[in-house]
Amino acid sequence: MGNVLSIILQRLALGLLTLLIVSIVIFVAVNMLPGDFAELILGQGATPEAVKSIREDLGLDQSLVSRYFGWLGGMLTGDLGTSFAQLNFQTNMGGGAGKTVAQQIAPRFANTMFLAMVTAAIAVPVAVTLGILAALYRNTIFDRAANIFTLSSISSPEFFMAYVLILFLAVLNPILPSLSNIYDGMAFSDRLNKSLLPALTLTLVVTAHMMRMTRAAIINLLASPYIEMARLKGMSPMRVIVKHALPNALAPIINVVALNLAYLITGVVVVEVVFVYPGIGQLFVDSVKIRDIPVVQACCLIFAAAYILLNLTADIMSILSNPRLRHPK
Amino acid sequence: MSFVINTIICLAVIAGAAWAFRRLGQYGTANAPQYRDMPFGVAFGYVLALVVLVWLALAYVASLSSDTAVANKFFFLGVAINGFILFSIAAWLFRMFGCHVGTQRTRKLFRAMPLTASFGVMIILIYAILAIFAPVIAPYGQDEILQGVAANIIPGGDPALGGDPAFPLGTDQIGRDIMSRLIYGAQNTVGIAFATTLLAFFIGGSLGFLAAVVGGWTDQVLSRGVDVLMAIPSLIFALLLMTIASVWSARLGIPLTVFMVLIIAVIDSTRVFRLARAVGQNIVVMDYIEAAKLRGEGMWYLVFREILPNATAPLLAEFGLRFCFVFLTIAALSFLGVGIQPPLADWGTMVRDSAAFINYAQFAPKAALTPLLAAGAIALLTVAVNFVVDWMLHRSSGLKE
Repeated sequence: MGNVLSIILQRLALGLLTLLIVSIVIFVAVNMLPGDFAELILGQGATPEAVKSIREDLGLDQSLVSRYFGWLGGMLTGDLGTSFAQLNFQTNMGGGAGKTVAQQIAPRFANTMFLAMVTAAIAVPVAVTLGILAALYRNTIFDRAANIFTLSSISSPEFFMAYVLILFLAVLNPILPSLSNIYDGMAFSDRLNKSLLPALTLTLVVTAHMMRMTRAAIINLLASPYIEMARLKGMSPMRVIVKHALPNALAPIINVVALNLAYLITGVVVVEVVFVYPGIGQLFVDSVKIRDIPVVQACCLIFAAAYILLNLTADIMSILSNPRLRHPK
Repeated sequence: MSFVINTIICLAVIAGAAWAFRRLGQYGTANAPQYRDMPFGVAFGYVLALVVLVWLALAYVASLSSDTAVANKFFFLGVAINGFILFSIAAWLFRMFGCHVGTQRTRKLFRAMPLTASFGVMIILIYAILAIFAPVIAPYGQDEILQGVAANIIPGGDPALGGDPAFPLGTDQIGRDIMSRLIYGAQNTVGIAFATTLLAFFIGGSLGFLAAVVGGWTDQVLSRGVDVLMAIPSLIFALLLMTIASVWSARLGIPLTVFMVLIIAVIDSTRVFRLARAVGQNIVVMDYIEAAKLRGEGMWYLVFREILPNATAPLLAEFGLRFCFVFLTIAALSFLGVGIQPPLADWGTMVRDSAAFINYAQFAPKAALTPLLAAGAIALLTVAVNFVVDWMLHRSSGLKE
């Protein structure tokens, strides 16, 4: 057992290291901006005094390295800085301290997590079932149809899927709302209803990937001798799958699920914009458009952290469920 | 809620019908093995497929009905079914054409081709022709604002609806011909995506082969660098870099599109690097590489004359997939408003600009076609490329099971 623990700790450390390097990459990328943040915040017509005060506020007079560690320290303690839009408003209009980036992001992060969880709750069972069915009935009409359907939905852009769903489920047959105006203190059923259409869009995209990978994993497995043996001793096909194939396929399937949830992170951005879902992806795109660097930086780091975490989970899960990986030669 | 209950009732009815279907088959054929051993799931599948087909046929009939409310509701299904049938026939004819015209080799190729792949090849050819000859084919310029033309996004050019037969797909909000913009979109969107993929392959491929040939520290440094870049989701990283590039492009006066091509090419080259390195490592240990090294050939010769020709097959399949990926990323960026910039016509931007018209679909279904046309153009190409790549992989892997 100690062996497993040490492997997991090793992976965790590796993940943390990756995150640290990613944070450096993001920081360096942002500092490749030409000129001065202060000018960027205040625009062309800024007075020299205002520029100077903002420069001091942001600590721009310090060196790059000390600024990086300041930023990293802030990130770790939950202080993500203040958004440029807020700073600009304060400096030009006066008034008290506005929302910090952390305050802006926190509720949206919860919304996005909610969306991701609803998606996962729909997509995972559907995809795994369909994948197993496609593997069972491979090379039949069902498998072909499923193959064409999944290939098409993988290759369509997310916004195309989103608009087709809006067209059929919101406009032509008003079953679900096409705008997801979610706010605090909403009843759970309401919230679910409002976020169902974006979740369905993401489901369509993710399910296709997940299903194809599950199918491949199971087909790989069905070729092994012990499945042949189970069949030869007269087990029913369903029992062969449930008792022999599934426990062994669990590792690849869990891996597939985690990897696809990581893929969700990218999909979420476009889908949130289409449905005006108040999540972190929309905030990110809006900040990109107005060049609100602190928010962009923070969102980027959060996305990357989630991505690394999910990939790490996939890694650890596959080590846990496969004894062969636990004892590397 | 009633929707959910209806669905459950429907499923229950289908399940019952499936059971009856299997039973009837067993009685009717004196327990033929086909029905005797049929799992319930298969019977369910047959009945479900039948129900779907019947429903589609009914919907198609409904889309032709004279009652506008009903016809509007099923208009899109009608269009989709028409398109599906039309493309299937076209793909079939295209394959027939390929089977009888051309050299012996291409004829043989076409004969073994599934319908999906010939559909893919046909679509890719059409797009390529549109992209190359866009200025000749398109009736108007891509940024030409037609004076004195009322904005009318309803396709068909029906004067009764305020359209103009000169603009078969209508004109957009500021009076540009939508059809011309769609055609130019093939040139801009596909062309830029193609150039980006080529650049990504050049960077990723040469660095990957270099890592494979040189090994040691170069390999380590390059591989770890790629690992770090791959730890950031690509769309997110692209958006971050585009933010910075937008400031630079304003300052330097270089179009943002150039930055976009560079950024996406670099991000995407990491995936190419991985593949090229893996393929290259398998080739480097071959005897003929050893022989070339002993002959005293240089690095350049090794990479481009010895390794590259032997790695074309996997790289070509990867090229198709990477192209799809790049194409979708660019479309997504443009859709979000930070990709290809106006006045260049581009499908992603067109979808974003006309997306609101979807909400009128209930009353004026044709108005909703405009955003779907542009989005559909993107989807069609990626689907086509994927079909072709799928077939190529299937062929080269020799999976005939």
